[in-house]
Amino acid sequence: MKHPLALTGGSIVTVVAVLALLAPWLAPYNPDAIHVHSILLPPSWNHWCGTDTLGRDVLSRMLFGARVSLSVGFIAVGIAIAIGVLLGSIAGYAGGRTDALIMRATDMVLCFPTFFLILAVIAFLEPSIWNIMIVIGLTSWMGVARLVRAEVLSLSHREFIMAAESLGVAAPRMISRYLLPNAMGPIIVSAVLGIAGAVLIESGLSFLGLGVQPPNASWGNILTEGKDNIQIAWWLSLYPGLAILITVLGYNLLGEGLRDILDPRLRG
Amino acid sequence: MTNYHCIVTDCNGDSKRTKLLCYALMKRYLIKRLAGMIPLLFGITLISFAIMHVAPGEPTVVGQNFNPKVSAADINRLRAYYGLDKPLYEQYWSWLKRLAVLDFGQSFSADHRPVLNKITERMPITIWINVLAMVFIFLIAIPIGVLSAAHRDSWLDRGMTVFVFVGFAVPSFWLGLLLMIAFGVHLSWLPISGIHDYDWRQMGFWQQQGDLAKHLLLPVFVSSIGGLAGMSRFMRSGMLEVIRADYVTTARAMGISESRIRYRYALKNALLPIITLLGLSVPGLIGGSVIVEQLFSIPGMGLLFYGAVLARDYPLVMGITVIGAVLTLLGNLLADLAYAWADPRIRHGGET
Repeated sequence: MKHPLALTGGSIVTVVAVLALLAPWLAPYNPDAIHVHSILLPPSWNHWCGTDTLGRDVLSRMLFGARVSLSVGFIAVGIAIAIGVLLGSIAGYAGGRTDALIMRATDMVLCFPTFFLILAVIAFLEPSIWNIMIVIGLTSWMGVARLVRAEVLSLSHREFIMAAESLGVAAPRMISRYLLPNAMGPIIVSAVLGIAGAVLIESGLSFLGLGVQPPNASWGNILTEGKDNIQIAWWLSLYPGLAILITVLGYNLLGEGLRDILDPRLRG
Repeated sequence: MTNYHCIVTDCNGDSKRTKLLCYALMKRYLIKRLAGMIPLLFGITLISFAIMHVAPGEPTVVGQNFNPKVSAADINRLRAYYGLDKPLYEQYWSWLKRLAVLDFGQSFSADHRPVLNKITERMPITIWINVLAMVFIFLIAIPIGVLSAAHRDSWLDRGMTVFVFVGFAVPSFWLGLLLMIAFGVHLSWLPISGIHDYDWRQMGFWQQQGDLAKHLLLPVFVSSIGGLAGMSRFMRSGMLEVIRADYVTTARAMGISESRIRYRYALKNALLPIITLLGLSVPGLIGGSVIVEQLFSIPGMGLLFYGAVLARDYPLVMGITVIGAVLTLLGNLLADLAYAWADPRIRHGGET
């Protein structure tokens, strides 16, 4: 294999995405159906991953939970990338005072214990999947902003950019047409890695009871039930966490693999 | 940063005159750094205050909303009592003024205790766990990184790479749950919650320390897993980079033994970036303590924050956020000082 990291990561990511997309057809049971006669059953042929405290099938809930995790990951990262690219390219291209101001603000948010901020905001806004996406997005753009700024700074000394400048290309067109396309590699890599981070944060929030609210399934809130029943039901803890681990691992591998492919400086 | 950045801590071995100059510059540098923290802190308080107060819902509403005995007039009285009826900027200003003299106000909860007391009694255990986690990360990650760089592409190196990827991806609370199930529930070796046994007060001093250590083992390990992965990876790449440097080739050409090169010369230089990384890892550790403390029921700052957030205890939430940010800034400052102390190129001048 030429790119083992990217291929392994890519296949994991694809499998998880397909499972999430096809959840309604793949799930053996209705994820929300309560069965009082089959409460806390250990894994068996009928229930591959066992059942929870309300007799719901854990595998089915995990399949639907994948939809939650992935959509939070994608949308939160979309928001973070949008903010980061905007601020980073403005800072890098404008330079001077604007640059200093934006980068100071970025540093400030970077020293913030962001998880505190996320928790506070979610609790005050009422936990919902939309709020989670927005808040995670609003607190994870700093890395992208720094990276885009650095890329823009190094690109702006290149000849083709100077040529465009001397032809009088306006700033917005300069950024969107010439600078950003050349910085696309690192942006894509940090987006892919960002999805992994967002999935982890979402599962942590749901685990704390401040994420996706029951009865909706998410990997994190199945784990909360696992903690409450730690003495009797190990399967509630094991499987959802494994799902998080595999998904995050997949995105991380894909991100690292893409970095190797897209960044020629690291090749060799 | 200006060039004051460079002159720190080591003022020995120079003449008396340069020594004095050196101390003066060091003081200036420190003052400058501390002063630089003030606008940062100001911004941090502003952001958190704004978010918390713009958000819908108020502490006076949470408990009383559905209580038929509470009239609108009562709610207004409560709001006036807490100062919630004043305009936002006035609330912020009065809060900030009190903050300047370390008065964080009183908790909204039933006990009405000063926020500062509530935080300071919970802080030591959180700081202890995080410091222990950092020490643990250092003790484990550095040898792992050095060894896998020294034996590049060996089975050890490959195993380490796998460990790093898994360590990055594993949700800490899940790892904690599994360890609790294995060591707490099935093997009954370790306790799974709190920091003391119920008969803690009857124990002798050393027994108490042993008991505490037993309770802290899993939390410390769980808090350090992410940092462990990151640090070993940085250490490995740092070593690989340093090994390629000219002075290492020179040392080899001079016939200095490989192990002496590795541990005496290369290691020192590879350690430098790690110090900065340590400073950057502080916010993550502090934020992560919410999850770890909730998981293991440890009565620290994280658990306090979690409770305060659920109860919308504004003064407490604000207080912990500000103190968390201060701890982060101090962590960064310490890392910068340590960096200057460790790197003679920075210590003895030159632009950064």
